[in-house]
Amino acid sequence: MATEAHDAAAGAAGHGGGEAVGMPQLDITTFPNQIFWLLVTLVVIYLVLSRVALPRIGAVLAERKGTITNDLAAAEELKLKAVAAEKAYNDALAKARTEAARIVAAARADIQRDLDAATAEADAKIAAKAAESERAIAEIRAGAMGAVTEVAQDTVQALVAALGGTADAGVVAEAVQSRLKG
Amino acid sequence: MATEGESGGFAIHPMDQFIVKPLFGGEVHWYSITNVTLWLALAALAVIAVMVLGTRRRAIIPSRSQSVAEMIYGFIHNMVEDVAGHDGVRYFPYVMTLFLFILFANLLGLIPMSFTTTSHVAVTVTLALMVFLGVTILGLVRKGPAFLAMFWVTSAPLPLRPVLAVIEVVSYFVRPVSHSIRLAGNLMAGHAVIKVFAGFASMAVLSPVAVGAVTAIYGLELLVAVVQAYVFTILTCVYLRDAVGDAHH
Repeated sequence: MATEAHDAAAGAAGHGGGEAVGMPQLDITTFPNQIFWLLVTLVVIYLVLSRVALPRIGAVLAERKGTITNDLAAAEELKLKAVAAEKAYNDALAKARTEAARIVAAARADIQRDLDAATAEADAKIAAKAAESERAIAEIRAGAMGAVTEVAQDTVQALVAALGGTADAGVVAEAVQSRLKG
Repeated sequence: MATEGESGGFAIHPMDQFIVKPLFGGEVHWYSITNVTLWLALAALAVIAVMVLGTRRRAIIPSRSQSVAEMIYGFIHNMVEDVAGHDGVRYFPYVMTLFLFILFANLLGLIPMSFTTTSHVAVTVTLALMVFLGVTILGLVRKGPAFLAMFWVTSAPLPLRPVLAVIEVVSYFVRPVSHSIRLAGNLMAGHAVIKVFAGFASMAVLSPVAVGAVTAIYGLELLVAVVQAYVFTILTCVYLRDAVGDAHH
């Protein structure tokens, strides 16, 4: 382990000549120095960590966890809202369909009613027209009957005159009348 | 240590990097400002830079530096909670201090020409003794004599218990030794090996191999630096469980 070239005394000091003989780790003259500064370093690191770094990181992590939890809860809530909205939409749609069907039925009934009324009116008009026509026909028929009587009397008188006789208007009319009835 | 071997003509001094030197001359007194002081201070500054400056914006959506601080926080917090139990979380700042100090001291030690404070047993033994004494005192205060029950393994057959008790006691007192030597030994060995290979680089024939080896070992040492910080911390948590947890092993 030892290097013969080096002066044992210089090596034994360890820190003197800059060249180690044996293990500098076992040079107990440097122990108090190392231990003192190590303790100083550890106290500094501990204070910085426990006062500043660890609470800060812990807070950040907790905050992040809280944010994530809140966001998840909000997402859950929004999802429920979306489901509710969809349900409301479907309900509204169904309601609208029912309403539409109702309106269609009402409109149909309305139209039917109008149609019935119009039909009834038309029927009435047709009946009136028919009655009127009937009457006119009856009148015409009656007129025709009168005309026939008149023509018959005239013809009878002309015939009587042509045969040389003189026909009494009253007798002719009576005769025609009785013939027509007969 | 390494001068025997390939060539007597040039000297490799792998242990020189561990020498404690006063920065302003004179003897090394307990209060002297030495290279140890410098690199300890730099470690503290690195911790402050990552944990305080990196998080100064307190953003809900973290920046990259804040993410690093938060990941370290979450990692150690989970470790303490999982290993030491719920009661152990109270001691989270202490565990965090240990982890961050060791991590940054190890990493800073990997800067070429730097001084690795955690390669010194004086430092690691102090750390390990703090954990050991802290856990022992905490256990005795919190549990009283019941703390000693962990040496009496009730799950073992009665005749074996005295034997196991002796083994448990011995292993308990060996803890700080293994705890500290593991860290210092890993760091010291790695750095010494790098230095040895770096020394071989001055020989033209060997230099490509040596530079490649230094590069490879440097990568390994980065891993070791982080893993040893992790190991030290998780062992601290395991010891802490003895003091604060209710489950005996």
